[in-house]
Amino acid sequence: MIAVIDYGVGNLFSLASSLRHIGQEVLVTGDPGALRSADRLILPGVGAFGDAAQKLRETGLGEALIAEAKRGKPVLGICLGMQLLLTKSFEFGEHEGLGLIPGEVRALSETVDPALKIPHIGWNPLTLTRPSALFRDVRNGDAVYFVHSFQGTRCEADTLALTEYSAPVTAAVGRGNVVGCQFHPEKSGRVGLSILKAFAETEGPLC
Amino acid sequence: MIAKRIIPCLDVRDGRVVKGVNFGGLRDVSSPVELGAYYSEAGADELVFYDITASAEGRQLFTDILREVASTIFIPLTVGGGINSLDDFDRVLKCGADKVSVNSGAIRNPALIGEAARRYGSQCVVLSADVKRVNGEYRVFARGGREDTGLEAIDWIVRGVENGAGEIVLNSIDTDGVKRGFDLEMLKAVSERVNVPVIASGGAGCIQDFVTLFKTLPRVDAGLAASIFHFGEVKIAELKRELAEEGIPVRITK
Repeated sequence: MIAVIDYGVGNLFSLASSLRHIGQEVLVTGDPGALRSADRLILPGVGAFGDAAQKLRETGLGEALIAEAKRGKPVLGICLGMQLLLTKSFEFGEHEGLGLIPGEVRALSETVDPALKIPHIGWNPLTLTRPSALFRDVRNGDAVYFVHSFQGTRCEADTLALTEYSAPVTAAVGRGNVVGCQFHPEKSGRVGLSILKAFAETEGPLC
Repeated sequence: MIAKRIIPCLDVRDGRVVKGVNFGGLRDVSSPVELGAYYSEAGADELVFYDITASAEGRQLFTDILREVASTIFIPLTVGGGINSLDDFDRVLKCGADKVSVNSGAIRNPALIGEAARRYGSQCVVLSADVKRVNGEYRVFARGGREDTGLEAIDWIVRGVENGAGEIVLNSIDTDGVKRGFDLEMLKAVSERVNVPVIASGGAGCIQDFVTLFKTLPRVDAGLAASIFHFGEVKIAELKRELAEEGIPVRITK
């Protein structure tokens, strides 16, 4: 069973639907105790990093997630959920993340061409930077769907995929059993479903 | 490089897709659920679900059908028709919409755009405008194109973006249904004035119309159409292949 962590940030309907579509049993939960009994954990999220990090702290979900990740349970962060896996964020101030993967979240506007539209929204192709179980069915150039204004930086050693938006943008990170996608696999058509399937089925390290 | 998007639009009336009556390979050709799932698989980049009569009849959009559509597609979904309040936003977002399109509701209450953008983010708020030439100016029409609002369209759209609309669907009433190509003149006038994505709607009749759109107006991000996709006159995979051959960035699915 996959637990989708519900901490009041964003809409979980599509994510739960896509997991059910690929045959997974899904529990959408805000109960830290429930994370223990799940086989795998997904941390979704949209919105501001600071608010989300605070909610994870207040509810005890952050602490429970870190404990499960350290026991080796597979964890997937999506969008803001990926950014929360990193050490800290500079979105409106400085905020501490979960610290499961070293890295810092910074504004896209620091690196991309100012003439380009922010948020970075739309279908953009992936460049895989190293092999991973998570992307076993993904090929270089497969497009996935992004909606974001911030990105993971200083996480090169753990980067699994990049995309290009006038400059390289971190598309996915991973370290052992903990992985994160900046894009939305649940909105990325067949390629996205293949990523969720790989996450749900992989025994052993995801990358 | 972000791909140009190809977007089929499901115009829904009383729970059925309007104009969706001659579609090969589908058992129930006017079911929004089946058509939506078909397009999601066929390589559409996004789907627009539009309840065309909700606004004119002053009632709420069919949320049960919407929920069913949303749970069977795995691409972004924009929902419109009868969106008049933040409660309407909330309701359709909970049914699985990613973006919400406002039209008549924003004309009646322009503050809706800003309120929705503050609560859900600009990326969630789409301003859809039905525009027609009247006495040499672009005029916004309300209630599904039935009512001239007297509003000048470019000004209305620019203000909408300033207030927080994150995307524009520009539907030209003048070219809608004519199938002789998108309204390039009108699209140019709008896309030069805003820095959010502009979706072209109204007038596509063949593949070449999409090629011309993206080649002539590189600032336009997406092309939307309904019946030419429903009737199979333009097949999405073939359209994408031809666009790619013309050097236009598109998402090719295998």
